[in-house]
Amino acid sequence: MTIKELIDKNIFTLLNDGENHDVALTGCYCCDLLSIAMGHAPEGCIWITVMNNVNTLAVASLAECGCVVLACDVVADDAFLAKAKEQGITVFRSDLPVFDAALKAYNCL
Amino acid sequence: MSCNDSLHFQYVVSKDDFTHAGSASSDVKNKLKKMNVDASAVRKVSIAMYEGEINMIIHAYGGTIDVDIYEDRIVMCLKDTGPGIANIEEAMQEGFSTAPADVINLGFGAGMGLPNMRANSDEFNIESEVGVGTTVTMTIYFT
Repeated sequence: MTIKELIDKNIFTLLNDGENHDVALTGCYCCDLLSIAMGHAPEGCIWITVMNNVNTLAVASLAECGCVVLACDVVADDAFLAKAKEQGITVFRSDLPVFDAALKAYNCL
Repeated sequence: MSCNDSLHFQYVVSKDDFTHAGSASSDVKNKLKKMNVDASAVRKVSIAMYEGEINMIIHAYGGTIDVDIYEDRIVMCLKDTGPGIANIEEAMQEGFSTAPADVINLGFGAGMGLPNMRANSDEFNIESEVGVGTTVTMTIYFT
């Protein structure tokens, strides 16, 4: 599944379109500790987290995650959204808990 | 470019500047990608340098990162001005952290910084003196 296809599934609210539609999504990854995610998030993953600060995006970019899903309806502030736009990272929001959001995404892969 | 010639870059890292955390690592990553360096090596560099950058922001009083890109490798030298590490062996253990609560709330402080840096480096060296500072040198080969 590509990012475009995940957007089109409309299972999550799109907060930022990173315009990287053709990136292939490889799986789901759940983690809120950034150093763990930095070392272990697989390239191209759908990263589901509740960590909604700009450092999440730095890690997502450096680890080459496919996209980020903010679970539990956590809020993305203006700084977060500006950084996502600047870095070209596709970000979604979901009101589901982390596991349920991951399961929903996983079932689309 | 021969094995002994390098492109040199220097980045200044400021204490507590979480807003720009990762900018030096991103810049190096982009440079390596433009140079068509192997993707797995780029990922290792990104992880190792980002962890170092974050460590300097969280724990140090600020410092510099000197990056030398050779034909076959990259050498990153991270040098800060203190406070230094009293027990390096303890600091290198996975899960050991002295990060304060506000830093943990940002998602850091899992005690994986130095272990991640060592795990992703082909050559890793750390020297530290309490009250003086810490210097970490990491080499990653491109092949």
